[in-house]
Amino acid sequence: MKILVAVKRVIDYNVQIRVKEDGTGIVTDNVKMSSNPPDDNAIEEAVKIKESGKATEIIAVTVGEEKSQETLRKALAVGADRGILIKAEGTIEPLAVAKALQKIVDKEKPDLVFMGKQAIDDDCNQTGQMLSALLNWPQATFASKIEIKDKILEVTREVDEGLETIEVNIPSIVTCDLRLNEPRYASLPNIMKAKKKPLEILTASDLGIDIAPRVQQIKVEEPPKRKAGIKVASVAELVSKLKNEAKVI
Amino acid sequence: MPREAMDYDVVIVGGGPSGLSSAIKLKQLDPEINVCLLEKASEIGAHILSGNVFETRALDELLPNWKDLNSPIKTKVSKEKFLFLSKSKSLSWPTWLLPSVQQNHNNYIISLANLCRWLAEQAEALGVEIFPGFPASEILYHEDGSVKGVATQDMGIDKKGNKKENYEPGIELLGKVTIFAEGCRGHLGKQLIKKFNLSEGKNPQQYGIGFKEIWEIKEENHQEGMTMHTAGWPLDNNTYGGSFLYHAENKQIFLGYVIGLDYKNPHLSPFDEFQRFKTHPSIKKIIDGGKRISYGARALIEGGLQSLPKMFMPGALLVGCDAGTLNMPKIKGSHTAMKSGMIAAESIIEHIKDKKNLSIFEDKFKKSWVYDELHRARNVKPSFSWGLILGIIFTGIDQILFRGKLPFTLKHKHADHETLKPANEMKKIDYPKPDNIITFDKTSSVYLTGTNHEENQPVHLQLKDHNLPIKYTLEKFDEPAQRYCPAGVYEIQIENNVNKFVINSQNCIHCKTCDIKEPSQNITWVTPEGSGGPKYGNM
Repeated sequence: MKILVAVKRVIDYNVQIRVKEDGTGIVTDNVKMSSNPPDDNAIEEAVKIKESGKATEIIAVTVGEEKSQETLRKALAVGADRGILIKAEGTIEPLAVAKALQKIVDKEKPDLVFMGKQAIDDDCNQTGQMLSALLNWPQATFASKIEIKDKILEVTREVDEGLETIEVNIPSIVTCDLRLNEPRYASLPNIMKAKKKPLEILTASDLGIDIAPRVQQIKVEEPPKRKAGIKVASVAELVSKLKNEAKVI
Repeated sequence: MPREAMDYDVVIVGGGPSGLSSAIKLKQLDPEINVCLLEKASEIGAHILSGNVFETRALDELLPNWKDLNSPIKTKVSKEKFLFLSKSKSLSWPTWLLPSVQQNHNNYIISLANLCRWLAEQAEALGVEIFPGFPASEILYHEDGSVKGVATQDMGIDKKGNKKENYEPGIELLGKVTIFAEGCRGHLGKQLIKKFNLSEGKNPQQYGIGFKEIWEIKEENHQEGMTMHTAGWPLDNNTYGGSFLYHAENKQIFLGYVIGLDYKNPHLSPFDEFQRFKTHPSIKKIIDGGKRISYGARALIEGGLQSLPKMFMPGALLVGCDAGTLNMPKIKGSHTAMKSGMIAAESIIEHIKDKKNLSIFEDKFKKSWVYDELHRARNVKPSFSWGLILGIIFTGIDQILFRGKLPFTLKHKHADHETLKPANEMKKIDYPKPDNIITFDKTSSVYLTGTNHEENQPVHLQLKDHNLPIKYTLEKFDEPAQRYCPAGVYEIQIENNVNKFVINSQNCIHCKTCDIKEPSQNITWVTPEGSGGPKYGNM
């Protein structure tokens, strides 16, 4: 079995996001970039499946600028076998990524496609679902547990009501939740080995797809600043303020 | 389980200017040599903090064509100012009356973090293997006592020291020579200085704590290339320190404050002095209407030549501020750190090829311009122990009339942890509350550093005696860790009327001040799990 794992390079989750002064986007200069955290869970799960003998090859794929190679190298260092970078500049919308992944699936013919449930930069949570529609494959989203049963995948999903367990046929798409597993550390010798693993670089035009944005972004703004809290003297005052000023009761 | 070991010709600990310059020079001298470099930050530059006005002398020697290599050295210093501040006034000191070491017209305003990232690219292109996210946590020795290499930190250890599911053992990196380039108060460098008695016959090392904020300011207040330094307010005559304010590119200014860690009043809070400094009319008018976008702090070396330890030992060299090569009156250490790294590389090549003793490092160092610089600079910092005014008068005589060639050397008498006076003998300082526009508290400041440490890991700020903070340090010095720590790591909390010493180690921005200033040397800074700590951008 072959597993394709899609990963994304995003601003590190510890970095405070700053909006550009002119409202055209967020500041990415001089900002630490990392791999999208739920994508790390997706890679980890694929590696675990391979270690259990149920998969033979893991391919990591990403769409993004030249430097996204770093994200692929990290995936290679924790156990992916080879990487594919589809080079693209600027805003790449989920539909464009899904189309690119569809082409890679056509070419590589994986049995499973894993990815994070969403990317922490745009929080779209769409790519897996769109890819599922384009390929006409079943999808299991927000996976917190995955079990392979022959040609069927049993997936536990994190849903609002609790946990939902479903079965999907293989081939299928799985988007991974942070609760799925604990990603391992890349060891130093494995980082060295990862530098020698194959990494193919393609462009959107190599794949014959149009990745131009379909959505026009009008403005990016910071959320309004939270006002400082106040101390109230009595319960009566609190209730009165909640009723008359905050109007929540 | 035995650790895996990897053999290199040279292992370098630390990806700052000295370590990276060693790596580049080694590869230039011998393209076949195997060099690896470890960095504890998640990427090169993420733990670097510096002013920085950069003198290119060492870089001109290392990469003469740096201007053609798309380097991040762009903003030439175009205007200089030096102000003496009183509480509400300022007196501008004419630039021509400044000693030449304090003149910057041939220098550049840079981000040292970005310079290091660029140096790392140059080093990698030459074949140096760079591993960010891997702190060297342990020194390895041969049976004869010489340094054999270092081991990286184990990953995946929980609070109590047990292995977690994702446990990953450290790796032994063995080198014919190991270069320690951890920066000021490196935790391995400290061990080496002790083990090999490298400070014998030297004065105690002197340190400072430096703060830096990056502000995006209004266009009309910005003058790219302008540098300004101040002395005086808010510090008193007996506390050594001053500010820097550099107008960098993109409407940014690098604003900072340095305070000598030999201060005496345990009530002093370096962080709050810096915050208060920004309310001075001559500073406020520059940052008014602007926005603070970064914050950070780091200890720096101030001891100079008198405190510089021996830099070679069997199997290893100490370079840059891991030894202490900063030039204090110049307020610059990047160029000297780089040059010390380059000299280390030259010495190592001769050591490996011609079997020369590593002590040739010392001969080369003494013949270099770094030594000459540090020698001329040596009397400035100690003279300030007489106070700001006498210090300035002496420095004028020493630096302008005698150009650092007076026939005597002043001494540093005390280590910084010995200088605090008991809290009840010193005046309490009443710092104004932050306004959250120009001045801020520690919590919101640390938030800007992007600092994070994996929560479930052993505390990396170790106490030798767990009872000392409450029983002695609180009693006698009102526990100054609450104030000297620039990240609010140390707190005294009252639980059921009992004082409790709390260490919020996940806030630590790796400045090393606690390791230096704790009056009983009770706090030891050790490396946390790899990638932990701040994630500085263009500091």
